[in-house]
Amino acid sequence: MLRLDDVHTHYAKSHILHGVSLEVQPGEVVGLLGRNGVGKSTTLKTIMGLVRPSEGHVRFEGREIAGTAPHRLAHLGIAWVPEDRRIFKLLTVMENLRTGLDRPGMTEARRRELLDKIYANFPVLAERQGQAGGTLSGGEQQMLAIGRAMMLEPKIILLDEPTEGLMPRMVSQIREIITLLHQDGVAILLVEQNVPLTLGVSDHVYIMEKGLVRHHATAAELRADHAVIHQYLGV
Amino acid sequence: MAIPFDQILIQTVNGLVNGMILALVASGLTLIFGIMDVVNFAHGDLVMLGGFTGAVTIATTGSFWLALLAAVLVIAAFGAALQATTLRPLLGRDPLTTILATFGMSLVLQKYALWQWGPSARRIQEPLTGQFQLFYLQYPWYRVLTAVLSAAIIGGFWLFLRYGKYGIWIRATMQDRIMASAMGIPVPWVHTGVFAIGAGMAAASGVLFGPLGGVTQNMGLDFTLRAFIVVVVGGMGNLGGSIFASILISLLEAYASLIVSPAQAVIVSFVVLILTLLFRPTGLFVPTPK
Amino acid sequence: MTARRSSTAYWTGFAVVLASLTIAPLVLPEFWRRFVTEILIWGLLAMSSDILIGYTGMVSFGHSVFFGLGIYGAAAALLSVKPPNLWLALLYGLTAAGLAAVFVAYFSTRLRDIYFAITTLVFSQIFYVIIFTWTAVTGGENGLTFAQPLLSLPGLWAARFTPETLHWFVLGVVTLSYLLLRRFTQSPFGMVLQAIRENEPRTRAIGYAVERYKIVAVMLSGLFAGLAGVLYAVQNKFAAPDFVFFLVSGEVVIFNVMGGMGTLVGPIAGAAFFLLLREGVSRYFTEYYLIPVGIIFTAMVIFMPQGLLGFAKRRLNQ
Repeated sequence: MLRLDDVHTHYAKSHILHGVSLEVQPGEVVGLLGRNGVGKSTTLKTIMGLVRPSEGHVRFEGREIAGTAPHRLAHLGIAWVPEDRRIFKLLTVMENLRTGLDRPGMTEARRRELLDKIYANFPVLAERQGQAGGTLSGGEQQMLAIGRAMMLEPKIILLDEPTEGLMPRMVSQIREIITLLHQDGVAILLVEQNVPLTLGVSDHVYIMEKGLVRHHATAAELRADHAVIHQYLGV
Repeated sequence: MAIPFDQILIQTVNGLVNGMILALVASGLTLIFGIMDVVNFAHGDLVMLGGFTGAVTIATTGSFWLALLAAVLVIAAFGAALQATTLRPLLGRDPLTTILATFGMSLVLQKYALWQWGPSARRIQEPLTGQFQLFYLQYPWYRVLTAVLSAAIIGGFWLFLRYGKYGIWIRATMQDRIMASAMGIPVPWVHTGVFAIGAGMAAASGVLFGPLGGVTQNMGLDFTLRAFIVVVVGGMGNLGGSIFASILISLLEAYASLIVSPAQAVIVSFVVLILTLLFRPTGLFVPTPK
Repeated sequence: MTARRSSTAYWTGFAVVLASLTIAPLVLPEFWRRFVTEILIWGLLAMSSDILIGYTGMVSFGHSVFFGLGIYGAAAALLSVKPPNLWLALLYGLTAAGLAAVFVAYFSTRLRDIYFAITTLVFSQIFYVIIFTWTAVTGGENGLTFAQPLLSLPGLWAARFTPETLHWFVLGVVTLSYLLLRRFTQSPFGMVLQAIRENEPRTRAIGYAVERYKIVAVMLSGLFAGLAGVLYAVQNKFAAPDFVFFLVSGEVVIFNVMGGMGTLVGPIAGAAFFLLLREGVSRYFTEYYLIPVGIIFTAMVIFMPQGLLGFAKRRLNQ
């Protein structure tokens, strides 16, 4: 469904991605691991149209999408949850969620349905409906960011380090959310530093180093292969 | 030399009235800056074009209200077209480029107006003549009407921002353009829309100002300059700040004109600008980051 | 080898242009002779502005202040001291412009980009209002007229300016200015200015006292703009508030953009281009020449931001 072939990306004069290739099938949870600075976030940003690749192809459902404007990708079914969450701080929780709901073809009933579903899954968000996004705690903001992405009813969610800076209790909540999304048939491309979590939820995993994918295996294989984990991730 | 109280009173009300008209112009400018980082040098010329459109409409239909409506709609559409053709390609380039581009536009618009409507001032007939009793003085109804209308327009816009469907789009885009786009908000269209709204508000001020000062092709510069000053003093992107700053500056200018000539009173706003830039460069209401 | 080669090409080109400008007053009819002299003066003004806009990256709408003060300063000298003295005019004009430059320099260090541009614009307008309304001293709306000074070498000899010698005097001053400014921009100082334009925070981080460089840039820019003003006063023998109106600064910026920022010669070419365009277009459009010219300018800003000579930027800066 989502496929990158030999993607090179530059940021100003720096050559960040040196030929990344990966693939995500519908409904899969795919992990993207690697140390800081190897280009994981840049990969997601390239997919989301925030940076244009200088070479290579990015295809979604067979269509070339490299360089397409992000708002079109959102309508096509790709949702992005960035590393720093990027909640609209001055909008309320409800308004943050609404940004994903004003799409062509949405009825008021459907909007209500989706909102109710989110509030059921994340009761904290229901409580804080009228509060400004900026007043939420880190973990709550992460939930809001994911919830907001779910409002797009996406086919795939690009999740960038969702557990960064969160307490262990919140980390397991994130794990539950990912499992929930997986059950709903939403594909996830998960960028993470948290190796155990990633190996626990993913179907297969890519490991990056210096702008390239160096290793690719199923989660099961990796769980057994400590040498590889140590080599690329130092844990 | 004591200044008679009735003079002070009149100037206070004048200041408030002028302040509201200026606020209408400045809110559009500050919003445009806040959302797409464009310093619109031609903003005052949109005021001017609005004034002329209004003058032409009132000459043919005789209705002030129709003139106001026509000016707003025509100039909003024009603004949208202008933004889509000339400013969109410039998104992402440095601010110098937009200043230059809008400066070029300003020149063209001014000379176009000169060509189209000639050098003499057009008058717009006010819809409400007559004066009312302000304490022991007479004060024109129309001036009060302009203040009320300006306030209504700004108020309406604020409500739209807060509660309207597209209000969320605008506010989200203003806070984080990229994330807004990632949420499916068509950011390029939001930009065009905001520019159109700003242009429409500017056009409205042009028509409202018409009966007070006449419409000439070079009236734009004064408005642009003052609006810039207001936006800087009030804080770029800060709607409430620009309203307050508009009134403050207009009041100061009004009082100054009691002492010096009106041409020189304009220096007051310049001084306020320079003081603000020296001590509170991000605006009076936005705390300066240390 | 390539550097040497393009350097020869450059100096050859320079010599050719200089030669043609020198012969100009001898072959051209009076109208065009004055025209070329004016191009040189506006060119000098545009060059001075290029230091700020093209090299340091600071947009300024304040050049009309320096220019105008140069004119009025010269006027003051030529009106107050008899017989009117050229060098005194230069002194007064440059001092006036210099003082204004100090003021603007102060702001340049505290404000960035847009705020600086707006402030310089406001600054122009403040001076405009003062000069316009202080009729007793500045002649207000009507300006001042005065006599042309003699071309004199103090103590040696003095003679009236003829159209030719005036042209050569202006050409001499402008050429010297160009060479001097070129020295500045080619030097390490010039490199730092360009570094500031490219990436100010990084330049500061490397350890350069960015403020000091900006101040010098503004002073240089202001003084040469004032010089252009003095030349203008000497040639045209009148001063008017119109020259302080920010529109003059705007036109100067147009010369910069059209000619190519950051090249020094570009702005002169831009001035020539604009003035010729205006001359040609106003035959058909009369006073509405700014409509097509304005459109061309705006289009150039969008599609051809490097200007006419921008492609040669690297070559011209060697």
